[in-house]
Amino acid sequence: MFTNVLSLDRLSLKSRRRLINVLLGTLAWGVALAVFFPIFWMILTSFKTEIDAFATPPQLFFSPTLENYALINERSDYFHFAWNSVVVSFGSTIIGMMIAVPAAYSMAFFETKRTKSTLLWMLSTKMLPPVGVLVPIYLLFKDLGMLDTRLGLVIIYTLINLPIMVWMAYTYFKEIPKEVLEAARMDGASLFQEIWRVLLPMSKGGLASTVLLSLILSWNEAFWSLNLTASQAAPLTALIASYSSPEGLFWAKLSAVSTLACAPILIFGWISQKQLVRGLSFGAVK
Amino acid sequence: MADLTIKNLRKAYGDIEILKGIDLEIKDHEFVVFVGPSGCGKSTLLRSIAGLEEVTGGQIFLDDKEITELAPAKRDLAMVFQSYALYPHMSVRKNMSFALELAKQDKATINEKVAEAARILELTHLLDRKPKDLSGGQRQRVAIGRSIVRHPSVFLFDEPLSNLDAALRIQTRLELARLHHDLNATMIYVTHDQVEAMTLADKVVVLNGGQIEQVGSPMELYHHPVNQFVAGFLGMPKMSFLPGRVLSGDQSGINVELESGVQLQLPISGEKVAKGSDVTLGVRPEHITVTDKDSSTFQGRLDIAEHLGSDTYCYVQTETKQTLTVRAPGTFPGAYGDTVGLSLDLSHCHLFDAQGKAIHKLSRSAA
Repeated sequence: MFTNVLSLDRLSLKSRRRLINVLLGTLAWGVALAVFFPIFWMILTSFKTEIDAFATPPQLFFSPTLENYALINERSDYFHFAWNSVVVSFGSTIIGMMIAVPAAYSMAFFETKRTKSTLLWMLSTKMLPPVGVLVPIYLLFKDLGMLDTRLGLVIIYTLINLPIMVWMAYTYFKEIPKEVLEAARMDGASLFQEIWRVLLPMSKGGLASTVLLSLILSWNEAFWSLNLTASQAAPLTALIASYSSPEGLFWAKLSAVSTLACAPILIFGWISQKQLVRGLSFGAVK
Repeated sequence: MADLTIKNLRKAYGDIEILKGIDLEIKDHEFVVFVGPSGCGKSTLLRSIAGLEEVTGGQIFLDDKEITELAPAKRDLAMVFQSYALYPHMSVRKNMSFALELAKQDKATINEKVAEAARILELTHLLDRKPKDLSGGQRQRVAIGRSIVRHPSVFLFDEPLSNLDAALRIQTRLELARLHHDLNATMIYVTHDQVEAMTLADKVVVLNGGQIEQVGSPMELYHHPVNQFVAGFLGMPKMSFLPGRVLSGDQSGINVELESGVQLQLPISGEKVAKGSDVTLGVRPEHITVTDKDSSTFQGRLDIAEHLGSDTYCYVQTETKQTLTVRAPGTFPGAYGDTVGLSLDLSHCHLFDAQGKAIHKLSRSAA
């Protein structure tokens, strides 16, 4: 009798756990689909005619067309904008890493009582609305002749992404035992050798995700690129914007140009999703 | 030659002084062990010698060369860390050759030195593995190998065995002793484990609160501790201490009354001790014998008996609620609550004054 009750109890516990798992799984899928749906709809719309794109109720089945892409290709030089995006995001990421790594190294391994507050202060600059400094930055750029230059955008992107890059690199360096670096020092490594041959290889996973995040943030940045560029240095985000209000509401074309702008970074992110997950969890997952 | 001399070494973090003026001489080929409770400054002292800590004051000399301000790599020292600190992204071979590569030695020499170190430490078959594929003991040997290849003047060990399990710790301890013999090198070793200190050292340095309490051979420290701290720190199980009072004393001996009223005539010089002053009697477990309760006036109640097979450690509570540790034969039959008689080997008893300083024994050979 007693054993019967026990086994029943265990069975119900097992099925209860399975039920929770199914519910959680459904929820996760629901969230994932909700997040993915706008992207899916954007891609779908990009293959519709403008009339299909406007149709109510929205149409899931239609005869696909490439005319939006053809038109964009005709009207704007996609590769000019794409190349600007590449130069600006890679440029700012490389310069950012060159500053972030030494900064995070000294913060992680030669901590003073002010280190924590410095880090917090750096991160707090990310909490300010960028528009608050738009006018001074714009005037500065104008005086320095950096409006609508790729160099100008590289500098701005480096600065806005630096706090998060330093923070991430700091978090990864913190995971590395100090003794390993001390061992390298005992072995005769110079400061550069210590960083290049021991610290960087040991934290390459974390640094890769820092690089990825910086690339994605720079690629997707729109506020500064819209305000500081016109045509010469305009990246893909500016190209998308040029298809919105001045052109009227052409949903299909806007979707097509958005798809074109998102595609490279989406594919890039897809390939490196393993690193990204690690990066976004900020070193919590080992 | 590798004589290390430390003069008035000081280290402070802000207002907190970790090392309060250390003077020490370490001779060539010596195996010196720094031992002390945690926070005593032993690791800081070792790291200062290594150059990993900047000192606040004082000097360090290697032979006649001052190395106080030199970068770690320029000191001709090698260090083995408690956590092994292997380079996880390099193979065992690379871990061992890293220092030689940095020193720009030629390939043939590097290969030869690595092979030699691997042979000594029986790591030859593991050379191409990564540290994560090794056991704790193997990692420890790689860490030692990494220091051997450099042929440094002095080896520094920072608690190298504390991450190993008990059996491996004993085995590695023996290997280290053998290695010291084979390499004939100067070694400085930090540990909080007094068994390691006693078994490995030519010279033990007992540290406490940033100061050296005593320096000497293990046996000298064991039998002639200069103060109550050293007496209590070395020895396993610990020395027992009983408070008492001096009844009388002269150059031929001293008469002490313990709190329980038991009077003892000890072969310890009573010349400089005032009558009536407070003292502490120290006695090691092996110098107390459990006797029949009727044959001794010094009695206690058996609290716990730990049977180790070869010996039995008895924890006996006296009437005045002090606990004495007694080593009895392995076949000791006593049980909890038994009243037992205690007999002290008076020639091996230690006496400490109110400041904890040892009062001189009449004859050192008494040990």
